[in-house]
Amino acid sequence: MLEIENIIFPANLGEALATVRGIPGSVVLGGCGYLRLGSRKIRTAIDLARLGLDKIVETADTVEIGAMVTLRDVETDALTVGLAGGVLAKSVENIVGVQLRKCVTLGGSVAGRYPFSDPITALMAVDAELLFHGRGVISLQDYLEGKWGRDILVKIIVPKRQWIAAFTSVRKSVTDYAVLNCAVSKSGQDYRVVVGSRPSRALRVTTAENFLRENGLTKKSAVRAGELAAESLQFGDNPRGSGEYRKKICPVLVKRALLEVLDAA
Amino acid sequence: MQLETTINGNKIVLDFAGGEFLAETLRRYGYLSVKEGCDTGSCGLCTVWLDGAPVLSCTTLTARMEDHEITTIEALNVEAEEFAQFLVAEGAEQCGFCAPGFTMTVLAMRRELKHPTVESINHYLAGNLCRCSGYKGQMRAIVKYMGVE
Ligand SMILES: Cc1cc2nc3c(=O)[nH]c(=O)nc-3n(C[C@H](O)[C@H](O)[C@H](O)COP(=O)(O)OP(=O)(O)OC[C@H]3O[C@@H](n4cnc5c(N)ncnc54)[C@H](O)[C@@H]3O)c2cc1C
Ligand code: FES
Ligand code: FES
Repeated sequence: MLEIENIIFPANLGEALATVRGIPGSVVLGGCGYLRLGSRKIRTAIDLARLGLDKIVETADTVEIGAMVTLRDVETDALTVGLAGGVLAKSVENIVGVQLRKCVTLGGSVAGRYPFSDPITALMAVDAELLFHGRGVISLQDYLEGKWGRDILVKIIVPKRQWIAAFTSVRKSVTDYAVLNCAVSKSGQDYRVVVGSRPSRALRVTTAENFLRENGLTKKSAVRAGELAAESLQFGDNPRGSGEYRKKICPVLVKRALLEVLDAA
Repeated sequence: MQLETTINGNKIVLDFAGGEFLAETLRRYGYLSVKEGCDTGSCGLCTVWLDGAPVLSCTTLTARMEDHEITTIEALNVEAEEFAQFLVAEGAEQCGFCAPGFTMTVLAMRRELKHPTVESINHYLAGNLCRCSGYKGQMRAIVKYMGVE
């Protein structure tokens, strides 16, 4: 059970950052969905709900999604639905139900670096960047790979390119965590192939990306890119599936996603 | 802590412990239609509306409710009764424990889905679990209630 002793509503991001860095053990609250699954006692919780981080904004070169935007808004907002063929919107649509998605946030999903995450896989395929109040802008990939100090995630930034993208996953039941998820994208002759929930975190598969760049996307190359992904990545066991099973379904998911992109191109 | 919010159209000052979640607060204030099942965001039993949209009250912090509008099924008796007739007609009601949360989602869905299909209904209701009914009867009732051909 989650117990929160004291909630602070900082007046601005500076105060939020000073609190998270100044009070050991203090915890930033997103939608509380994942925090609530654990059993912990939080002495000081920092609530970002009054800082206006719940907006999705378009600039000339980017779509910027505030950290407190809910997954339901990601799923339904015209800007995210229209972004890269709706790959991000599609990645969240099977996360439990509309009511949970209206509670949990994209910022919490990203900041938590959950290896099973569906939106992280989709965001990797469109080169998302993150704005932290303390450290500034870093790529999502660097954030996932690095060790970073305590900070406040302000927004998720997706560069606007001519992305054609697709998301696929295998789940034991529609609303369960993914056994494996995959997102691919094409922008000109540039490709991204990302596989997550392996069950460890999402990774780009550069062997498959380079192969597609050199050979172009066809029905045949989609099959080979899927095989390359399965050969290049490590897969592990968890209660949702074995590593062996994941390795078997990986080529299928990658191929399906690439064929969707081929159809849309 | 204290804050002012609106529940079922009535302004009210809530007293609550800092980290309390809305399901617990609402039940303490007598809104006993709000059920607590899994308490971890998976079952939909605790669904209420926040500013007209369905949310899980077990996952919504009471401290965030200042100047918001919360709706529980107590405020939607007439609509809920109408929907219940469809459930009864299909023999889809059993223990009824899931019914308030489920009905709150169905009534929100009716407002939101302009062109409902079986697929979009299934998708909208994916977050509401029912231990008893097997879903088939519920689905027959909902399809009729939503006017899907
Ligand atoms: C029953 C259930 C099933 C789920 N199934 C899936 C699934 O199938 N696929 C999937 O991808 N996800 C799934 N999730 C996860 C969910 O989508 C959210 O990603 C998750 O709950 C985290 O988002 P949140 O807003 O609730 O964050 P919280 O739980 O509030 O926070 C998560 C972490 O991020 C930190 N944090 C939050 N916001 C910030 C910020 N702005 N700056 C810095 N740190 C921050 C918190 O301190 C905490 O460590 C599931 C969750 C639940 C409860
Ligand atoms: S009690 Fe809230 S989702 Fe189960
Ligand atoms: S009727 Fe018993 S849980 Fe749904």
